[in-house]
Amino acid sequence: MASKSFSSSSSSSGCSPASDRRISVLARHLVAENALSSSPIYASPTSSANSVFAHIARGPEDPILGVTVAYNKDPSPVKLNLGVGAYRTEEGKPLVLNVVRKAEHMLVNDRSRVKEYLPIVGLADFNKLSAKLIFGADSPVIRENRITTVQCLSGTGSLRVGGEFLAKHYHQRTIYIPLPTWGNHPKVFTLAGLSVKTYRYYDPATRGLNFQGLMEDLGSAPSGAIILLHACAHNPTGVDPTPQQWEQIRRLMRSKALMPFFDSAYQGFASGSLDEDAQPVRMFAADGGELLVAQSYAKNMGLYGERVGALSIVCKDADVAGRVESQLKLVIRPMYSNPPIHGASIVAAILKDGNLYNEWTIELKAMADRIISMRKQLFDALHARGTPGDWSHIIKQIGMFTFTGLNSEQVAFMTREYHIYMTSDGRISMAGLSSKTVPHLADAIHAAVTRMK
Amino acid sequence: MALWNAVASRLARQRSWTAGVGSSRALSSWWHSVEPAPKDPILGVTEAFLADPSPDKVNVGVGAYRDDNGKPVVLECVREAERRIAGSMNMEYLPMGGSVKMVEETLKLAYGDNSEFIKDKRVAAVQALSGTGACRLFAEFQKRFRPESQIYIPVPTWSNHHNIWRDAQVPQRTYHYYHAESRGLDFASLMDDVKNAPSGSFFLLHACAHNPTGVDPSEEQWREISQQFKAKGHFALFDMAYQGFASGDPERDAKSIRIFLEDGHFIGIAQSYAKNMGLYGQRVGCLSVLCEDEKQAVAVKSQLQMIARPMYSNPPVHGALIVSTILGDPELKQLWLKEVKGMADRIIGMRTALRENLENLGSSLSWKHITEQIGMFCYSGMTPEQVDRLTKEFHIYMTRNGRISMAGVTTGNVRYLANAIHVVTEST
Repeated sequence: MASKSFSSSSSSSGCSPASDRRISVLARHLVAENALSSSPIYASPTSSANSVFAHIARGPEDPILGVTVAYNKDPSPVKLNLGVGAYRTEEGKPLVLNVVRKAEHMLVNDRSRVKEYLPIVGLADFNKLSAKLIFGADSPVIRENRITTVQCLSGTGSLRVGGEFLAKHYHQRTIYIPLPTWGNHPKVFTLAGLSVKTYRYYDPATRGLNFQGLMEDLGSAPSGAIILLHACAHNPTGVDPTPQQWEQIRRLMRSKALMPFFDSAYQGFASGSLDEDAQPVRMFAADGGELLVAQSYAKNMGLYGERVGALSIVCKDADVAGRVESQLKLVIRPMYSNPPIHGASIVAAILKDGNLYNEWTIELKAMADRIISMRKQLFDALHARGTPGDWSHIIKQIGMFTFTGLNSEQVAFMTREYHIYMTSDGRISMAGLSSKTVPHLADAIHAAVTRMK
Repeated sequence: MALWNAVASRLARQRSWTAGVGSSRALSSWWHSVEPAPKDPILGVTEAFLADPSPDKVNVGVGAYRDDNGKPVVLECVREAERRIAGSMNMEYLPMGGSVKMVEETLKLAYGDNSEFIKDKRVAAVQALSGTGACRLFAEFQKRFRPESQIYIPVPTWSNHHNIWRDAQVPQRTYHYYHAESRGLDFASLMDDVKNAPSGSFFLLHACAHNPTGVDPSEEQWREISQQFKAKGHFALFDMAYQGFASGDPERDAKSIRIFLEDGHFIGIAQSYAKNMGLYGQRVGCLSVLCEDEKQAVAVKSQLQMIARPMYSNPPVHGALIVSTILGDPELKQLWLKEVKGMADRIIGMRTALRENLENLGSSLSWKHITEQIGMFCYSGMTPEQVDRLTKEFHIYMTRNGRISMAGVTTGNVRYLANAIHVVTEST
């Protein structure tokens, strides 16, 4: 290579590094471009002329977010995105809640507001109000001051911080997640340092809860194991335990000292009532035991991209809660130092103002009601087409998603022939439907079920 | 009666909690052995400052810019960007890699407006949670794909660097950097450490305005460092948290990076808008890795996204929108450049004032390092004991390594500060 004659001095050439550098720069101008294009001038054979990351293969698309990527690429005018769980209006548009816009304007017009770093644990008001929201304003755990609540990056961030805390400080390193669960759960907990096992949850035969299997699996988990529970509107199945079943789960878990870790991503979105959707969490909090809960405001306040959430750990007493909080800070600081301020400020503004709060509950109920209405319309449409099978699970399941029971071949068929985009496990986001598009989806399901088995 | 009620409710809780199948284990907290964690050395300073009732108190601890009245600043370009954004954007999830527009503009700042690497799509880049998040993504990426590697970190450095690579489980080594006697750069030892490190080592470099010392290599020294890196095949990760803030000119502050790029290194860069756009709490930054070609860049970016997904899924949108609104609009960008220069100039002015005040007080010590160092911080050379005296006797708050955040110095407090420093150091 021509470059060899311009090797920078490591030993014998007697040139200074500075003059070698000048020669190198000169060489670049004198020698033909392509002779030097990808081989910088190096001295020793051990020095790398290649990137140290040259061996890296491309990672697979995220199965959920990849659906939207594929949808965006499709030119068809009838395409339908039922993939990611982001709410859409009847017009198929994203929705920013009116209360959120109001809160935003308040914030932007307040010149006294600054953009300083939040504390590591986040915005204090936001934390207090979030605890009130999930546990209830008159909850004993709040009165007794035995919760620590830290602001985190939406549900994902809350789960990750909670998981890392458990991996560092809890005596049991195994977490049990339901089968199936949100696709990102296993990775979040594995990378947090926990080992992940599963417990039976969904029964494909009934498209409902496999309660017996769930109780058996929790019953045989080692004492002290961590159990991930979806607080309401299970993702992806939409299948929730009844209040009676929750009580039985609670008793069993407490008898084996199993640690509850709630993922609450849909409070208010499932039934339309914030209090009702929080019942499972409150049931556990009321019995005096300890628990973790990850809250997200992505869906119920439409704050998706702002990444607003909170992790609460309910402890035996205030002293323990204080120590736990100090250790949570040590997890957060090397991850991102302190959480983003904007979204949390919006939430706090809404939760602390009586009028804004009421407006929010109304808008939230409207979103939940629209979804419930979509469920009814889809069920009726399939019934009208005489589509074979029992589709009552569509109206029995709750929350943003329906686990249709369609298999991956049927899903692929629907994508190919009808431009319907959904995850291959048969999960559809009801929020992505409208009265106008329900017929198209019903046609697609009907075709898939009758033509592909 | 009250006692009875308390006992009864305790029993009721116990009963309901364990459903009659109790063990004494179940009654105590699972966390009773959790030790209280030490306060963060930097953020703990502000907490202490806030708790102090003294009217004379001065906060020269955390590195957040203050104007000459000691007040936090929201840049005008930021206010204008927010006005334009408010009410018009939706809040949908960003892609895992963040705002494409914001990342594009950010790469231009670091690599140059007309960078061939950007044109050739050789830069794998993702939006990150400010500088901390960018460093953490890189550390996790390094652990996953170069598991045998270690990271060389300068002495001293921002304390959170150690936490980041520790939590990513990448072993750490150090290299000489600060020369205490001269309060400058220990260049000879730095070069020795670079030479003696095993070939192909990973080094963390502060691109400009080294934190906490304010001591930067000269341009010539950067060139020599680059040559030595080439000879050893080392990997350079630049942490650039102060572009524009150091000299007032972002192009000038990126010189170290440009030298390495000219010399053909495949570098990584962690960028932050916390200081230079005053977006601290918005957590806006970027991690980029220069690759051999577009295909490799696509692969690396996809892997970075796979690290972000189980950490926070996708980054926050608001701050990124502010950045892309400002940098994407020529007028707003000009305004920003002017405001950044204004901040840098004020700090340079305070350095001069502090040094002059100390010299006028008749201090026998040399304070020229105050004006020779650059950026937000001045490594005063004071000992922890002297710092403690400053806090106890004068209500002046700074980190115990003697680092002064010049952004906290104002025309109103510089005399007070100089006097206090003089008092605690004059016996030295």
